[in-house]
Amino acid sequence: MQNLTSVGIVTSQAVCFDTPLHLQSGAVLDSYSLTYETYGELNATKSNAILICHALSGNHHIAGYYADNTQNLGWWDNMVGPGKPIDTRKFFVVGVNNLGGCHGSTGPSSINPRTGKSYGASFPVVTVEDWVETQVRLINHLGINQLAVIMGGSLGGMQALQWTLSFPNRIRHSIVIAAAAKLTAQNIAFNDVARQAIITDQDFYGGDYYLHDVLPRRGLRLARMLGHITYLSGDSMAKKFGRELRNKKFNFDFNVEFEIESYLRYQGDKFAEQFDANTYLIMTKALDYFDPARRYNNNLSNAFHSVKAKFLVLSFTTDWRFPPEHSRYIIKALVDNKLDVSYAEITSSHGHDSFLMEDSHYHELVRAYVNNIII
Amino acid sequence: MTYIPHTDFRTDFYAIAHWIRSGARVLDLGCGEGLLLSYLSETRNIVGYGVDIDDANILACLNNKINVIQGDLEFGLSIFESKSFDYVILSQTLQAMRNTNGIIKEMMRVGKEGIITFPNFGHWQNRLQIACGRMPVSKTLPYQWFDTPNVHLCTLVDFENFCGQHNVRILERRIMNRDHQIIFAPNLFGALAFYRLEQQEG
Repeated sequence: MQNLTSVGIVTSQAVCFDTPLHLQSGAVLDSYSLTYETYGELNATKSNAILICHALSGNHHIAGYYADNTQNLGWWDNMVGPGKPIDTRKFFVVGVNNLGGCHGSTGPSSINPRTGKSYGASFPVVTVEDWVETQVRLINHLGINQLAVIMGGSLGGMQALQWTLSFPNRIRHSIVIAAAAKLTAQNIAFNDVARQAIITDQDFYGGDYYLHDVLPRRGLRLARMLGHITYLSGDSMAKKFGRELRNKKFNFDFNVEFEIESYLRYQGDKFAEQFDANTYLIMTKALDYFDPARRYNNNLSNAFHSVKAKFLVLSFTTDWRFPPEHSRYIIKALVDNKLDVSYAEITSSHGHDSFLMEDSHYHELVRAYVNNIII
Repeated sequence: MTYIPHTDFRTDFYAIAHWIRSGARVLDLGCGEGLLLSYLSETRNIVGYGVDIDDANILACLNNKINVIQGDLEFGLSIFESKSFDYVILSQTLQAMRNTNGIIKEMMRVGKEGIITFPNFGHWQNRLQIACGRMPVSKTLPYQWFDTPNVHLCTLVDFENFCGQHNVRILERRIMNRDHQIIFAPNLFGALAFYRLEQQEG
């Protein structure tokens, strides 16, 4: 499985932090660990580091594959690798599983050292700002004073924005893809239906399902199915599935008939086996809460007052979950603050998921931008 | 929309740069590959942004290290605050705009001054070709009638009348043919027109 543009075999690492973390909610985590991966080499001046933040269902495994599981390709492997838009021959790339996650970093399914039991419902709700606090500690741990680039799509793009607000001196460039400076009521509504599906599952047990040795699969599956619909565009669904029937005829019952049903159920089932329901709740809540303009009288331009980073902002034409006008709202705030920013609205038929897809124009834009970054 | 490529660009750029104060904030509408902004940042140390609609131009701007914002000028400049730029430039793009009135109004709102350049349809070569019964094709109007992006061509006289009717004051103008400045009978001998404008009160 030799692939010259892949980072190849990767291994995850973990770091434990014992300095108490004061969260936005007021809760305090005495200690926590973060799982991360790195690709490429940190240069002598430590000026070539890129931190990539993940979205709702992502994790620290961005590129490459594992020695014992070569099928498990990183979620942004088409973007990160030698010769790829984020070229690991030039940059040192870091991926981290966010606090509250379910891929190694401390989260609801982890054991609470105080009780010896899973955190479950007692795991605090975390925000995008909290994540950025933990990520800067990881960067400290890696000996990096200033990131060349912070980058992410969707919820990851929100973190890329928050970094420039929280740590203006520790970041030079921010690449914000398919993101928004706040969710709309419609967006929050989708998230709440997803949460309700999980919370009302009889196997949820108020978040402490680990103690009962069950998983709220049904709820998580529904949540994922709903989410998945909103990440695609109507056109891409029509093109991929249309009204195709699995058995070419109507069965006049409620089993799987249309191909789209089959696809969504499969995606939902797969996800429900791999992902933690409490993490899903936390991630959607972080999305809902993100609103940096809130403490600036809802004026995003004022919120960006002390930002210093240079920006590349990208959106996709058929993304109706984080549509281009949300990115233009970010652009306005950046332009109002006379910041260096470029913005492209990429024509794509894949809806919100476009940010994960391989598209030559999209990838060329990222490549062009990062190529000009002096390290 | 396809914009006219910058022809004879040094002359074009030089004429614009001549008017731009050092260190000014500039917005270039229909910025193409960002070559004008690149020239202005080298020669006038300006800061600013380009706006363009074309994917290839956005990519070229990123390669040229130019701040560029993808957008359709026909929808206005709503993300830019009033008087937030020293100069708003519309270089050889006016003739390809559908909403002529709208874009001029918007650029005069956003910029303290506006700079508009366009090919002069009144140039004698154009008049001669029409007199001979053909649609004009020239160095400044390189398209055939069936593939031209130009929908609103005008002469110097037409443009100046338009400005008068829309409370736009002409601060300065420079009429060129290749690299020569035209003083005598500019509407006949000028191929490219450069105007520096400001919005009149009221």
